[in-house]
Amino acid sequence: MRAPRRAGWAEAGAGLLAVVYVLVLYLDPAAGGQVTNLFIFSIAAIGLNVIVGSAGMFHLGIAALFGIGVYTTGILTVPTNPFGCGFWSALGASTLAAAAAGVMLGAPLLRLRGDYFALVTLAFGEVVRFSLRNLDEVTGGTRALGPVPPPVLPGWLAGPAGLLGIGRDFAQDDRLFYWLDLALLLAIAGLVSRIDASRWGRRWRAVRDDELAAACLGINVARAKLSALALGSALAGLAGSLYAFKITGTASPDAYDFNRSAILLCAILVGGLASVRGAVVGTFLVLGFDNLIAPWLDSAVQRWQPTGAEGRLLVFSNWRLLIFGLLLIALMRFRPTGLLPGK
Amino acid sequence: MSQTLLEHLLIGLANGSLFALVALGYTMVYGIVELINFAHGDVFMLGSLFALTLVGTLGLADAGPATTAAGIVLLLVAVPAFCALVNLSVDRLVYQPLRQAPRLAPLVSAIGASFVLSNIGLLWIGAADVSFPDLIPRRNLLSGAGPQFTLKDMLVVAVTMATMIGLTAFVKYTKLGKAMRATAQDPLAAQLVGIPVERVIAATFALGGALAGVASVVYSLYVNTVSYQMGFQNGLYAFTAAVLGGIGNLPGAMIGGLTLGLVRSLGSLYLGERWTSASVFAILILVLVFRPQGFLGSRVREKV
Repeated sequence: MRAPRRAGWAEAGAGLLAVVYVLVLYLDPAAGGQVTNLFIFSIAAIGLNVIVGSAGMFHLGIAALFGIGVYTTGILTVPTNPFGCGFWSALGASTLAAAAAGVMLGAPLLRLRGDYFALVTLAFGEVVRFSLRNLDEVTGGTRALGPVPPPVLPGWLAGPAGLLGIGRDFAQDDRLFYWLDLALLLAIAGLVSRIDASRWGRRWRAVRDDELAAACLGINVARAKLSALALGSALAGLAGSLYAFKITGTASPDAYDFNRSAILLCAILVGGLASVRGAVVGTFLVLGFDNLIAPWLDSAVQRWQPTGAEGRLLVFSNWRLLIFGLLLIALMRFRPTGLLPGK
Repeated sequence: MSQTLLEHLLIGLANGSLFALVALGYTMVYGIVELINFAHGDVFMLGSLFALTLVGTLGLADAGPATTAAGIVLLLVAVPAFCALVNLSVDRLVYQPLRQAPRLAPLVSAIGASFVLSNIGLLWIGAADVSFPDLIPRRNLLSGAGPQFTLKDMLVVAVTMATMIGLTAFVKYTKLGKAMRATAQDPLAAQLVGIPVERVIAATFALGGALAGVASVVYSLYVNTVSYQMGFQNGLYAFTAAVLGGIGNLPGAMIGGLTLGLVRSLGSLYLGERWTSASVFAILILVLVFRPQGFLGSRVREKV
């Protein structure tokens, strides 16, 4: 059991962090936009943590599923295509598309061992990336798709939004995305926590801990694994769709490469496997560092205007893979379960 | 047989030999510690950067033919030694403490090690592609205006063949090779009969690194471009080759590499250049799903 005093500290810390982030949103809209991205990536990390943490499948292609969500939304909404989907229908379609892709990839892999599973998902990620790049009649290739039209705020919400002073037009004010994505993140975090604690979650953990024993107890191993893959992939696709709306485009396919998958994996390993809190905390620590603090340090260094080979050593982003790599190595060595591990 | 087809077959042969060289190191390490050494591709990359630095320091780019030949021989000794050292250090510092840990811990660490090494590469030469001096003349060895098989292609195939034969003989006939095979079969039993398993593992990593070093010299001389990102993609290709042939199996790695080289060159002929990478990874998926033991590997039943 956790000592109640420590839990209090953790909540106070989380509260403080939340206040700081909200302040950032109002004082610096650009940084606020980055925080919105962190909410979106947290949703993907929760999904990844279902697959890796709860069900024990070492998935290295989560960014590809995220990318499938991004591109489904892009294809369904951009004005040059005839579909003209709205926010909710595109969100739903992207979620379903990613879930379908995740399950279709997963079904033949159920009997593969951990490291082979990891490689197939990695290769899948590369195939998706190259395909997005090459099918340029549909995906726009490296030019990417855009613009994704902003969602429309329903009339009954305009009043409360006005009270918060966050505007009523998604195209005009990023802060609407902030509150929308925060609300979705909280809803999903609550939902996944419930599922994790339910019969489904117990099945996933049983299969993760000992597949054979789980099968002997009458658990349908294939169904348990596929359901975890479906949920995790769906969340990655949903996050991808939100991301496309947030950045009003799809970004180039290379944004959804192996490094992105590995950094999300790093986030859940830092935060803690098999826990929703862990996924969110890890995303804010790892991706927060990557998206907010590293660029800030870079711009601080930029003011000195370093040049040449020494300049390369001074640019902070040139060290980020080294830092992530060392972080992964140190974690595996000293705290393989992360900061806030679940069951 | 049309001329373009023959030309692509020859390109495939040379490329495939390169993949095979990198794949050999992958397969040896996997055979013994059952670890996918993600960092292997980045050891290969660092080898290329080291070769580039050596070429620059020695001024080989504008030396006479005799000096150049001596320089290439020097590269083929110094770079493998460097890569062996890097791979050995990665094993000692990163993997060895995790020998008894659950299987995924070393895999995550391997991704970490790969990031660290590729970042070192970035700090070493920067983010842009750097061209590697063209030390070997593009003299065509086949007479007439027909398909090209240059001195470079010859070098790749010859070095790969020689390495492959030497390695097979080493593993088959030397004492250390025997100890490696024993460790691969059953580390615990090997330890019980007095084989210093940790030393054998260290030797395997050193040897695997040296092979990556040979491959990196040949690659740099052949492709003439190096970048800090070349490790990831080439490492994945090599791993695909190793899996294709049956991971842990030395002749398998050779066959897998050649198959992959041919798939790539024929793919670029029939499907178009841009689909080659996607088709290689699609093959990796199909092989892992339908024949995880590869061409030459034997099926291992999961023990309870």
